[in-house]
Amino acid sequence: MPDAHANELLQLVPRAEGKQSMKDFKSDQEVRWCPGCGDYAVLAAVQGFMPELGLAKENITFVSGIGCSSRFPYYMNTYGMHSIHGRAPSIATGLATSRRDLSVWVVTGDGDALSIGGNHLIHALRRNVNLKILLFNNRIYGLTKGQYSPTSEVGKITKSTPMGSLDAPFNPVSLALGAEASFVARTVDSDRKHLTSVLRAAADHPGTALVEIYQNCNIFNDGAFEVLKDKERAEEAVIRLEHGKPILFGSEENPKGVVRDPLTGDLAVVAVTEDNQSRILVHDAHNPSPTTAFALSRLADADTLHHTPIGVLRSVERPVYDSLMSDQLDAAIEQHGKGDLNTLLAGNDTWTVIG
Amino acid sequence: MTSQVSSPAGKSDEASEAVVGEQRAPHIAGAGGTEKEIRRLDRVIIRFAGDSGDGMQLTGDRFTSETASFGNDLSTLPNFPAEIRAPAGTLPGVSSFQLHFADHDILTPGDAPNVLVAMNPAALKANIADVPRGADIIVNTDEFTKRPMAKVGYAESPLEDGSLEAYNVHPVPLTTLTIEALKEFGLSRKEAERSKNMFALGLLSWMYNRPTEGTEKFLRSKFARKPEIAEANVAAFRAGWNFGETTEDFAVSYEVAPASQDFPTGTYRNISGNLALSYGLIAAGRQADLPVYLGSYPITPASDILHELSKHKNFGVRTFQAEDEIAGIGAALGASFGGSLGVTTTSGPGVALKSETIGLAVSLELPLLIIDIQRGGPSTGLPTKTEQADLLQAMYGRNGEAPVPIVAPRTPADCFDAALDAARIALTYRTPVFLLSDGYLANGSEPWRIPEADSLPDLRTRFATGPNHELADGTEVFWPYKRDPETLARPWAVPGTPGLEHRIGGIEKQDGTGNISYDPANHDFMVRTRQAKIDGIRVPDLEVDDPAGATTLVLGWGSTYGPITAAVRRLRAAGETIAQAHLRHLNPFPANLGEVLRRYDKVVVPEMNLGQLALLLRAKYLVDAQSFNQVNGMPFKAEQLATALKEAIDA
Repeated sequence: MPDAHANELLQLVPRAEGKQSMKDFKSDQEVRWCPGCGDYAVLAAVQGFMPELGLAKENITFVSGIGCSSRFPYYMNTYGMHSIHGRAPSIATGLATSRRDLSVWVVTGDGDALSIGGNHLIHALRRNVNLKILLFNNRIYGLTKGQYSPTSEVGKITKSTPMGSLDAPFNPVSLALGAEASFVARTVDSDRKHLTSVLRAAADHPGTALVEIYQNCNIFNDGAFEVLKDKERAEEAVIRLEHGKPILFGSEENPKGVVRDPLTGDLAVVAVTEDNQSRILVHDAHNPSPTTAFALSRLADADTLHHTPIGVLRSVERPVYDSLMSDQLDAAIEQHGKGDLNTLLAGNDTWTVIG
Repeated sequence: MTSQVSSPAGKSDEASEAVVGEQRAPHIAGAGGTEKEIRRLDRVIIRFAGDSGDGMQLTGDRFTSETASFGNDLSTLPNFPAEIRAPAGTLPGVSSFQLHFADHDILTPGDAPNVLVAMNPAALKANIADVPRGADIIVNTDEFTKRPMAKVGYAESPLEDGSLEAYNVHPVPLTTLTIEALKEFGLSRKEAERSKNMFALGLLSWMYNRPTEGTEKFLRSKFARKPEIAEANVAAFRAGWNFGETTEDFAVSYEVAPASQDFPTGTYRNISGNLALSYGLIAAGRQADLPVYLGSYPITPASDILHELSKHKNFGVRTFQAEDEIAGIGAALGASFGGSLGVTTTSGPGVALKSETIGLAVSLELPLLIIDIQRGGPSTGLPTKTEQADLLQAMYGRNGEAPVPIVAPRTPADCFDAALDAARIALTYRTPVFLLSDGYLANGSEPWRIPEADSLPDLRTRFATGPNHELADGTEVFWPYKRDPETLARPWAVPGTPGLEHRIGGIEKQDGTGNISYDPANHDFMVRTRQAKIDGIRVPDLEVDDPAGATTLVLGWGSTYGPITAAVRRLRAAGETIAQAHLRHLNPFPANLGEVLRRYDKVVVPEMNLGQLALLLRAKYLVDAQSFNQVNGMPFKAEQLATALKEAIDA
């Protein structure tokens, strides 16, 4: 259960009266993603997590943009809006800042959030609006049938790039950290337990929580994250971050860890030895400085996905836009009294015409 | 030019240029020991012109306030460049403020000034063509030196080469006199010089017997933190007044009596279009009992509404300065989804960016106000100038069949009523609504009879609270697209309402359930239904002012109301017959519009575009509407319109 004390904003959202089940959050609409799509797993994880969150479902709203993942709201038996391409964060901002009694979730993809909607994403993050943003990253355009996306690796052969894509990809976690995000996490569609733990942390975060979910598109980019899922290869590829724990990964025979290079301050992956064990970095998600979180986000190789950190990279508290806006309204009433329309319309400079 | 004042036809107002400055019952009054003549005028047009940094807008605003508090009817036309500080002393850097005030009901800021105040050679050169012969020109002679004159191409001083012989020129060394008046204040020359606009204001205030307390109070409050600057400005203002009173160059001062007979009983204030619009939005929130949420991105000439609403958070008004135009309307629409009165304010280029979201709002069928303060286009166009060329963009500028109602205010004060009307339509019919104001209405001002808050229309609306449909098996369900049979509006069920959880989106929806539907027949039905909803919006019939059974009708919309009405008065005063009507609702049109158009042999449509309303009228009603167009960034002049209308009558 989220710790109510940790997030005062959650207390503004009414709680469910009875016990909820996953079924309560399934809408009557038939789910229409391609069979085998990673989105199914994410949907199940979210529907499964909602009863644990325990909020009145009428006070939950999912807002999405355009793309495969943006069909998500139709399948949640909450309030929802399937909006237009890239604009979900702005629409959700209007909703969240005018209704603090709602839990507002944004569902978006790598094209929706990072191409057409890049501007809205970074501004929502810097403002720290109370939104939970689930960014489904499949590194491809699915709904338009397979063009490269802003997270595709360089040289990607697609219909629109028969000779290979030219653009360097975004790393969504690095981008979010650069945009002053107060909460940034990464998880994987197929790891239900990890995905749920990240959702839990995100839901409990006051302010914008960006969750990048690596999601498999089995039609246009199948196996993009296989290296993170295949048990053997994952040992080299995945770095599981846990707050307060040393950053270790690899196999028992071949343990690896992350250390800070004393000369450059940058992070490096090393084979763990008795000599360097004490130097293994301890993950601090609450560090006010985003520097180390950023360095962690850069460990991953965009092509091989080796050394990909997953988990909560950053979770710090800073003022939430919704609360600040609401406080200003209260302060205005305190300073000037509740607005009186007659007084406002009259102004200070009037004259009277007598019949 | 008040919207509440009925405009009696055939009034002498603006009937002809000859009336301007007509002398009424001259009398001599004692003034400060010297006997100076005071003449009575029925109306005056003054234009203050100077460099962008000379404070001409402030000077004009103050003169307007004095005039308003004196009780004259008035109408103003600020005119300034888009650059904040264009190169000093150049023609593009000239900023001006024209004010028309009268002892009776007037409609426009006036065609031609009776008095031009020119603070430098550029101001003289840029404005002289508008000044009729015989008019007064007050020039700041200190600026008529070689360099400033050369900058605007005066080889010789126009004050000395005889080119101004036809005018009544008053050469006044405004800068020197101001510096002299402020020598006790220990200000630098540069600082002292800056008060020269207040000296000019003082002089004009004397010339037209304006009350001065308001300006002194204003200066002391504006410079409350710099009392020495406040006092210096007050001193310059008084010095200007005294200069008028004592110098022989100004032998006559003028009186323009209050316009009380032409105003219904009530309390009045002066108000600009953007301020009236802001108040209209706040009032709409109160009358609807909904919080107002403004999502906006700064753009000329709409930003003042964002500024104004931001000051009134104690009315529960939320203002959100977004990262761009799209996010501005997105946030407003999100707030509407949550049960606020969502509003976005912008100008033409912003509307272009918002188009897709407006289409989404059409599809979601949620209330939303889109305020477009039109300016010169295309593209960046003329940011500080007026135009009416967004009508077709508002009407059709979206993909698919996406009808949006359009309302247009006709005068600055009317922006208040138009905002309430737009909110009524949005809330009743659950639709985005366009309000098309323009730069002229936004910055122009006029007296406004302040309404009682309790007399304003009731805009309360009901949110859905429970199921609205029974399935065949008897289950009660909520259908988000089950319509009110009368208005065709769908229910507004806001998040937080138990049992009404539903999903809406931009994909075509099944009638009733609102579920995604690609069914061809359903799409055809939904497209027609959305159109029928807008077509069925109740708007009042068009009223025609036709006292003499004319055969020619002049039909306008928006801010051309003032100039068209003034032109019509001139024509009628000259014995012509002409009918006049003015549209507030551009979509849907009033139900009787077709019948009205067919009643007349000739229909003339003046517009500040290339004939956008005329195109709609021709298409819809098959009438031979004739356009009279002007797209020079300025409002029509009454005289020019009268000439065009006369030609139409005689044709």
